[in-house]
Amino acid sequence: MTDLKRRILPTVQKPARYTGGEWGEIQKKKDDVRVRVAFCFPDTYEIGMSNVGMRILYGVMNRMDGVWCERVFAPWGDMEEAMRIHSLPLWALESQDPVKDFDMIAFTIGYEMSYSNILNMLLLAGVPLHASERQGLHNMVFAGGVCAFNPEPLADFIDFFSLGEGEESTPQIVALYDCAKAEGWSKERFLKEVSRIPGVYVPSFYRHEYNPDGTLKRIIPLDGAPETVTKRIVEDLDSAYFPTDMIVPSTEIVHDRANLEVFRGCIRGCRFCQAGFSCRPVRKKSPEVLYRQAVETMAHSGNNEITLSSLSTSDYRGLKELTDRLIPYCADQHISLSVPSLRADNFSRELMEKLQAVRKSGLTFAPEAGTQRLRDVINKNLTEEEILSTCAQAFSGGWSNVKLYFMLGLPTETDEDVLGIAELVYKIIQEWKEHGTSKKRGLRIHVATAYFVPKPHTPFQWEKQISPQEYLRRCKLLKEHFYSKSIEYDYHSPDLSRLEAVFARGDRRLGAVIETAVRSGARLDGWDEYFNYAKWCAAFQDCGIEENFYTVRGYGEEEILPWDTIDVGVNKQFLLRERRRAYEGVVTPDCRHGCAGCGANKLLKEVECDA
Amino acid sequence: MPRALFEKTGNAVWISHLDLMRVFQRAFKRAELPLTHTHGFNPRPSVSIALPMSVGIESCCELLDFDLEGNPIPNEEILSRLNEKLIRGVRVMEVYDNGQKLRNLALMDCALVLEFDNGIPDGACEELKALFSRESLCVEKKGKNGVTQQDIIPMIRRMDIRETDEHSICITARIFCQNPTLNPMQIYSAVELYRPKLRADEVSFRRLEIYDIQENIFR
Repeated sequence: MTDLKRRILPTVQKPARYTGGEWGEIQKKKDDVRVRVAFCFPDTYEIGMSNVGMRILYGVMNRMDGVWCERVFAPWGDMEEAMRIHSLPLWALESQDPVKDFDMIAFTIGYEMSYSNILNMLLLAGVPLHASERQGLHNMVFAGGVCAFNPEPLADFIDFFSLGEGEESTPQIVALYDCAKAEGWSKERFLKEVSRIPGVYVPSFYRHEYNPDGTLKRIIPLDGAPETVTKRIVEDLDSAYFPTDMIVPSTEIVHDRANLEVFRGCIRGCRFCQAGFSCRPVRKKSPEVLYRQAVETMAHSGNNEITLSSLSTSDYRGLKELTDRLIPYCADQHISLSVPSLRADNFSRELMEKLQAVRKSGLTFAPEAGTQRLRDVINKNLTEEEILSTCAQAFSGGWSNVKLYFMLGLPTETDEDVLGIAELVYKIIQEWKEHGTSKKRGLRIHVATAYFVPKPHTPFQWEKQISPQEYLRRCKLLKEHFYSKSIEYDYHSPDLSRLEAVFARGDRRLGAVIETAVRSGARLDGWDEYFNYAKWCAAFQDCGIEENFYTVRGYGEEEILPWDTIDVGVNKQFLLRERRRAYEGVVTPDCRHGCAGCGANKLLKEVECDA
Repeated sequence: MPRALFEKTGNAVWISHLDLMRVFQRAFKRAELPLTHTHGFNPRPSVSIALPMSVGIESCCELLDFDLEGNPIPNEEILSRLNEKLIRGVRVMEVYDNGQKLRNLALMDCALVLEFDNGIPDGACEELKALFSRESLCVEKKGKNGVTQQDIIPMIRRMDIRETDEHSICITARIFCQNPTLNPMQIYSAVELYRPKLRADEVSFRRLEIYDIQENIFR
């Protein structure tokens, strides 16, 4: 570590996040390394180290011979300022070497509002922002993650995208780079070759043309580039690489626990949910493999908490078998086991009671909409009865804390639906009055509403976002109908969700907006301390781009969509059909009650969809 | 209850007190040394560090009390198993039983190294000696109840100030570390406050040894 860094560290908050040196960190001898990858997470250490995907790919790359993958996170504002004052370029944790010295620079992107951090990190690293400004193989910038399913707003900056799950594709990409570097290829040749790896999308191989009204006129693949690029998936999760010797941070992170993913994909088909469609098809992992990995992970990390994660853990067929084995193990080892995203069914209730023996957590529901009509529209099949009976049971078991999450601005929403939220909350209070056992402590109901953001690759990808004024009116309306003191109501500020909507369905013209905003100081937008909407508004104005075009306008069904080049497995006809059904208020049963024909099963060659 | 004497050096100095407790709890677990747990709503492994230390301070005299359940394990084995599973910069030097009562821990030797990139200012040592020879020297102390003024002179038993090379001055001091507590960083705060010209380009802090009130080494 340089003297300079040692001098800066005492002046910043939580310096341990900048030094590396944690348990499980990978160190390699530089002489043995041919390809160095700086794996960047476009947010702070605490957020990034909580990301399982990054941990998996860190392991995947580091087990390659001659490859050293190191971690890079966005510095907090105080560190960033010190870096600028002292001209200290962004560094990677393991070697503490500057990012600009690395062969490849990878980003994993899970949230649109971290786009500013990507650019800011490249600026702090002293790496040219635009892909076209980076000559040769050095500093090859690539990116993956859920946001890569509409990569267009970042097309100017990223050399290529790796779509879908990276366990198998990432080593192919890095190995190709290894070869290219050894043979001294040009960047053009490398991009051409890398685009032949399934799942790799090179934005510079496509020209986007626009109509006078701003909509896309056509997307032209250049030089024989494929019309669409299909995301990658891992078919057999049991044999897929999963690192059980992960890094254990020495400082507290957001999800400070071991995390085990029990299956991938989702059978539910909630029409607003991007992950629910873009992570299909459903692939299982066996309870035996999971149990072994859980035990190995715990033994290696020394964590005292483990969480079973997935998009809907109740839908994991092996849940009973797995928890029957894990609960005694965890109790014996003083490990607390948490199972989030359970549905309100009978087995889950029993499971919750069993888990309580280790620790008692709160009760959380995400009905998303206040009336059954609207829940049918969005295909969220959680009924009022399920919510109320689970609450009643929990209240009689001593629980007195409930969290409820809703969205406002969903397609077809009326004031009646908004007030339905208040009504549902009122009914929960009635249940507590009837069944609550710890009345002295009092009931606390925490209600939060989010501003609906239409996402690509969902049946709602064409929808309008309501205006911020209308959103706030609905928030106010709801607030006026909460009478009880037990209710705590939070609503997200519309600014961030509006920008999220712009970038989620954005096109290539937004690159200039992001760059302008970042150059004027936008970064860490996911943090209230730093988010500055005015900077973004100014950037849109400077670039002559209208936010409403991407939000309240809505997209036509005939329109060419910026993400039409990207194939996540679910086909457009299915999404359109789901959209029609939404407007008719017709639910689509979950995939286990009959295949709805989304098309994602066609991604599988060796196994069947496990829905 | 066994006690461990450990050091905290290198990059580990940036780990906060609370985080260091977690680092130890996890290292015990990795070493398959089962800590007893507190009985409460959220059972926690029982480890405690005698003197919480500010971030950035190096030490070779830290004490950690812990309690293991199950069959007794020889102290040497605890030491080696723990060190195998600890991160770089945190190293246990000794594990022993029958440690002295923590309430008798009173004094500490600490060292402050002040580095001056452009060489030590003329007469700096003399000025510092004069400063710390005063009858009283009040500096701000940030506590739970906000900022208070604290006279640091009564908490310094002795002090030695010398130039170690043309760029650095080393201040070593025997100070109270418990009832009352003087944070070595406050010694430098006094320099910054009363002799702003002697503000150093870099200051490092190190705990050297701990003592009881009679100045016997404390273990």
